[in-house]
Amino acid sequence: MNGAAAHPLLDGLRHPLRALRLRIERWGQRHGRSPQASVTVQRGRIYILPTRFGLGFALMTLVMLLAATNYANSMAFALSFLLAALGLVSMHQTHANLIGLTLSAGASEPVFAGDGARVIVNLGNASSVIRLSVELRWADGGTLAVHDLPPRDTQRYELVCRTGRRGRHPLPMLRLSTEYPLGLFRAWTTMTLRGALLVYPQPAAAGPLPSSDGSGQRLASQAQAGQDDFAGFRDYRPGDSPRLIHWKSLPRTGRPLIKQFESGSSTEVWLSWQQTAEPDAEARLSRLARWVLDAEAAGARYGLRLPGSVLPPAAGAAHRAACLEQLALFDAAAAQGRDRAR
Amino acid sequence: MKKPAASRIDALPQRSLWRLLGVMLLVIAPHLLRLPPWESAAVLALGVWRVVATRRQWPAPHAAIKAGLTILAFVGVYASFGRVWGQHPGVALLVIMLGLKLTELRARRDVVVTVFLLYFLLLTHFLFSQELWTLFYLLACTIAVTAVLADTHHAGGALPARLALRIGGRLIAQSLPLMLLMFLLCPRIPGPLWTLPDDAGAARSGLSETMSPGDVARLASSDEVAFRVRFEGAIPPAADRYWRGPVLWAFDGRSWSAPPQPFTANPPLQLEGPGYRYETTLEPSRTPWLFALDYADASALPERTRLSSDYELMSWKPVNERLRYVAQSQPRHRAQPDLSDRERRRLLTLPAGYNARARALAQSWQQAGGGDRAIVDRALAMFRDEAFFYTLEPPRLGRDSVDEFLFQTRRGFCEHYASSFVVLMRAAGLPARVVTGYLGAEKNPFGDHYVVRQSDAHAWAEVWIAGFGWTRIDPTATVSPARVEQSLGALGSGTRQAREGLFGALDWQTLRYQARSVYDWIDAQWNGLVLGYGTDLQRDLLDRIGLGNWRDMLLALTGTITATLLLIGGLMMRKRRPAAPTDAALRLWRQATRQLQAQGLPQNRGEGPRDFADRVARERPALAAPVRALARAYLQARYEAVEPTSEALRELRLAVDALKR
Repeated sequence: MNGAAAHPLLDGLRHPLRALRLRIERWGQRHGRSPQASVTVQRGRIYILPTRFGLGFALMTLVMLLAATNYANSMAFALSFLLAALGLVSMHQTHANLIGLTLSAGASEPVFAGDGARVIVNLGNASSVIRLSVELRWADGGTLAVHDLPPRDTQRYELVCRTGRRGRHPLPMLRLSTEYPLGLFRAWTTMTLRGALLVYPQPAAAGPLPSSDGSGQRLASQAQAGQDDFAGFRDYRPGDSPRLIHWKSLPRTGRPLIKQFESGSSTEVWLSWQQTAEPDAEARLSRLARWVLDAEAAGARYGLRLPGSVLPPAAGAAHRAACLEQLALFDAAAAQGRDRAR
Repeated sequence: MKKPAASRIDALPQRSLWRLLGVMLLVIAPHLLRLPPWESAAVLALGVWRVVATRRQWPAPHAAIKAGLTILAFVGVYASFGRVWGQHPGVALLVIMLGLKLTELRARRDVVVTVFLLYFLLLTHFLFSQELWTLFYLLACTIAVTAVLADTHHAGGALPARLALRIGGRLIAQSLPLMLLMFLLCPRIPGPLWTLPDDAGAARSGLSETMSPGDVARLASSDEVAFRVRFEGAIPPAADRYWRGPVLWAFDGRSWSAPPQPFTANPPLQLEGPGYRYETTLEPSRTPWLFALDYADASALPERTRLSSDYELMSWKPVNERLRYVAQSQPRHRAQPDLSDRERRRLLTLPAGYNARARALAQSWQQAGGGDRAIVDRALAMFRDEAFFYTLEPPRLGRDSVDEFLFQTRRGFCEHYASSFVVLMRAAGLPARVVTGYLGAEKNPFGDHYVVRQSDAHAWAEVWIAGFGWTRIDPTATVSPARVEQSLGALGSGTRQAREGLFGALDWQTLRYQARSVYDWIDAQWNGLVLGYGTDLQRDLLDRIGLGNWRDMLLALTGTITATLLLIGGLMMRKRRPAAPTDAALRLWRQATRQLQAQGLPQNRGEGPRDFADRVARERPALAAPVRALARAYLQARYEAVEPTSEALRELRLAVDALKR
């Protein structure tokens, strides 16, 4: 029998502790709370189980107790009891090591499907006690990082999250765990922070932009020149390139102004769902994502036409982000229905 | 090029490794003195190798080398002890395995196994010694080992040494009350659960079933406690403090022994006069003899003991642990008024061809007539009137030891006197035997108990006199005090003087004696209350507070442990709540905002003090003035200077108080 494809029951027999931990976690997920912006670890949300070292320690203590009984040796009793007490106390210390820690999520940048999303998580220790060896990771695995949290301090950590499908996803579940101080017990808690992860479709392999047809124009090679014709100022909008800010006027106006260029003769291209040749919706979206990136890189003005929505031609990082977001949130099923109805 | 992780020799940061080695040395140090020298040297060499290997980053040794070393270790232990089980070989194996574990500390698992081994080795110390100081050794070692374990489990580099020790110390300190509860309340099952190895316990000196010239003298220099006695009621006078031990009747010309006899019914014994009842705490002796004053009352024997046909108080099995028993004795007696012929023959036997002169002398006394008493008196008169000396360092005796002692050297210790006296009596036709035991008992001035030490070991004689039965004769006592030699005097009369001078003149001897008495008193308490706390004492003690049976004990145990853990856990959680800000101004501001929150005016996230005050003023015009004043005072105190000035703080405090009204 292959170890990898073992039956869950067999796996439970081979790794009883891990299986138990997973069961508890699944239970916790079913009874979990709705995501919150900031979570403080509460006593009742911490699970704790002995590690295999903990079981070994218990076994050793038991053997020592038997030896003490056999030799009727008081000091041996004292040592065995001291170790038993040490186990109990360390369990409480492990449990208490997580209590009162505060987690909150910061902003996260959108990513393309398949790339790792970097999520900022703030881990705060408002108490006056240092917390050693606290592990913060995604509940479904991911890289392990162990941290020491000084008292009255908040640390910022960047966690990389694997992404799968495009769309707007809630933040995955986080797991905060510790084996401090002696590694005999493992305490952990899971939580979901409020926050969204925007995942763009994965861009398709490089290919030519759509050639002009009824609705699109050919992309000119002198596209970049189009930015040269100054057309006036407008207010700064988030996402504008800093290169376009008119710095000279900043002290006078008190607000940044953006230089606008008229691309009179410059190319304007429509990227449209209909132009894509791919058979299924996801592949089409990937193709469109590739086009958006290429068009932006080429400095063209481009518009996006999807079944049910249209973005008029424009250029710039903000426009690019808007287009990609449209692609990310596109409801493929509805579009297919519309296609069929047509 | 980075080395692959598998070939690295250490799982630990170097600093943690040095600490592990240090703690290891601390834990095995007492064993190193007990182990065969080759093993101590091997373990130390492994430690040194480990240090150098880590420094130079040598690769880990090949598996075959490790296997070879393991086999060698077993062979070595077998060669030293003749076996690989039992207490001493077992400890030897544990220590050498710990040393060999140093050759593979690759994963965290190896380090944890090493630490667990250290905990276990700690236990083995107590099989050898349980004196008071071992308690402090236990605490120091557990703190150190626990600190190492905490260090091992801290990912990302070694902890600062002081922090690691503080973690260990705090854990042990929090465990101590729980340990105490378990020690008191955990029901003790009477051991042993399986047969103890015959080398169990510490090596001890004491009386045994044989006696050769020099045996008792060797004990005389030992300060070790043989047993302690607490009398209930009357205390016997010093002349009656003969503690009967092994009775020796077989003589081979040089040594006395007590070969096993077929079991016979106890000979008749009539006890008369006042009796003494006493509780004895006997140190482990590895022999079955218990010690009782002459003669133990057969009707009031302690549990699991019997009285032998020679009136010895015997335990059913050798005493390997400290034993406490209550016995009763009466010094006035008539023991065995009738002697069977077979018994008489046994007790008159002398080996043929030895000690011809002594036998001739005794036979001349017998022929002179006058009865049994006269013969005894003649012998005692000889010891008293002729130039016999009492010394701890008697000359060595040859083949005819009794002849040489009686007619040539005339210097001896109690066993010489008892032995030659019994030989003379037997030669003169009087059944006689040697009794070994202890003479005396020294009162501890701080406790109500008496101490009998190995140095009180003694040998005397018993003679069977028709009509009287067994009669105790102590020939040593008849030697003139003037002929007690100095070497013994320094040991004996010196302390005797000191005993008399106690609380009187302050001198070195007295101080030493007092210090020894205090130590002995503490030691007796330690032995009685802590080390003697077993099944019986536990039941006695807990019966008094109504926890006599094990069900109540278990209930009390779980109850108190749970309560203590709740207390400890509660304190831990309290400490882990958000701490009050260290900044005084911020503390006062928080106090005020809490109060406003209670009135339905919470400060929003990201709302500064000024905005908050403005909003409160809008929503609650009545509070406008005090809240604005509060915000102003707070901003002034907090941001005007690096540290708030005392005036600013006073202003702020006033503003907070104003809000309350």
